[in-house]
Amino acid sequence: MPEPAFFVVMLAKIAVVFGLMLLSVAYLTWLERKVISDFQVRLGPMRVGPHGLLQPIADGIKLMFKEDIIPEAADRAIYVLAPTLALIPAFISFAVIPFGDRVRLFGQSIDMVISDVNVGLLYLFGVASLGVYGIVLGGWASNNKYALLGGLRSAAQMISYELSMGLSVVGVLMLSESLSLVRIVGAQSKAWFILLQPIGFLIFLICAIAETNRAPFDLPEAETELVAGFHVEYSSMKFAMYFMAEYANMITVAALATTLFLGGWRGPFLPPVVWFLAKLYLVIFLFIWIRATLPRFRYDQLMRFGWKVLLPLALANIVITAAFVALR
Amino acid sequence: MLLSYLPILILVLLAAGFALATLFLSSALGPRRPSKDKLSTYECGIDPVGSARERFSVKFYLVAMLFIIFDIEIVFLYPWAVILNSLGLFGLVEMFFFLGILLIGLLYVWKKGGLEWTT
Repeated sequence: MPEPAFFVVMLAKIAVVFGLMLLSVAYLTWLERKVISDFQVRLGPMRVGPHGLLQPIADGIKLMFKEDIIPEAADRAIYVLAPTLALIPAFISFAVIPFGDRVRLFGQSIDMVISDVNVGLLYLFGVASLGVYGIVLGGWASNNKYALLGGLRSAAQMISYELSMGLSVVGVLMLSESLSLVRIVGAQSKAWFILLQPIGFLIFLICAIAETNRAPFDLPEAETELVAGFHVEYSSMKFAMYFMAEYANMITVAALATTLFLGGWRGPFLPPVVWFLAKLYLVIFLFIWIRATLPRFRYDQLMRFGWKVLLPLALANIVITAAFVALR
Repeated sequence: MLLSYLPILILVLLAAGFALATLFLSSALGPRRPSKDKLSTYECGIDPVGSARERFSVKFYLVAMLFIIFDIEIVFLYPWAVILNSLGLFGLVEMFFFLGILLIGLLYVWKKGGLEWTT
């Protein structure tokens, strides 16, 4: 049985990470609106607080007081539960990502990770892919044609790109010889894996955008044909929960890209946590940049790209990396 | 070992609690003025035509089946990738056979048009 201090540290870490995650999700909406508006040569939110800094809070309060509409045709139980199913995996998958080096505090040695599970990467992929249930069930339970199509598209898209995503990290596993994300960061002390696995990184990044349903892969909510896709019938905080899940997934996937390919918290001079956040937000900025730049794919193009380009490319990457690792 | 999953369990409970509290709060705070039109299915303002409980394209099933096959392949690849360095040449050749068989499968599906979305 570990000492009481272990539990205090554990609860403190969970509270801090969960709180920061909620705050980041709220302010990511502000950041995205601001960056996109800069790209489009306009100001974006400016009214609520200086430079619109209080906008996310105002949005949250407004959504909280909105009417919660459950359509007559909807399957009530699943309709209510689906946003929860999307939100929970989004908020728990971050648990295995290390955000700093081990520090000594009050005579305690503290790992800067909520839990260093030895199958960390497997856990993360497993939990993150549960999020698709929230989307497909929400789309189905709404009993709306747009929502159903959006949910189905989303499911097919997410499982297709999950394959290439899963394959793109196999090269990293060969080089680090561990599934624990703490060890994977440890293995990058000499060189970041982006240098050894550039193709793996590229595939991972593309799949990450597709997995989080962001432009140019935002077909599940293609406004021009499906209105809002799977969450068209959702209002009030249920709508907000889908939004929060999407942004939380975006943070997790950017953190994973940082951890697997960009050396995690490693970097000179500055404290590790600062490096981690800097790289994390660089990846997120890249996501927003891509959204501002590229038009949406057509659905057959999306499927063709996933199955006929990314999947063979990821397999080729594995074969080449394996030959290098085994014959070294 | 099992202790490393305790924080995750707590986090699951915290996230579930947060989600349920949000659902409860919004239904308690928001107004409730239902009307027939408000509760009807949204179809861009037009009266809804038919139901959404209809058959959908069989392509989605096909994608799901292909996904399962290749996802299991990935499950086999992960432990192999972790210990490849100690397996050496033997492990490499063995797995290349496995990958080769699956590649033939992928090419077969490709040739049969299973990856075409438009027919």
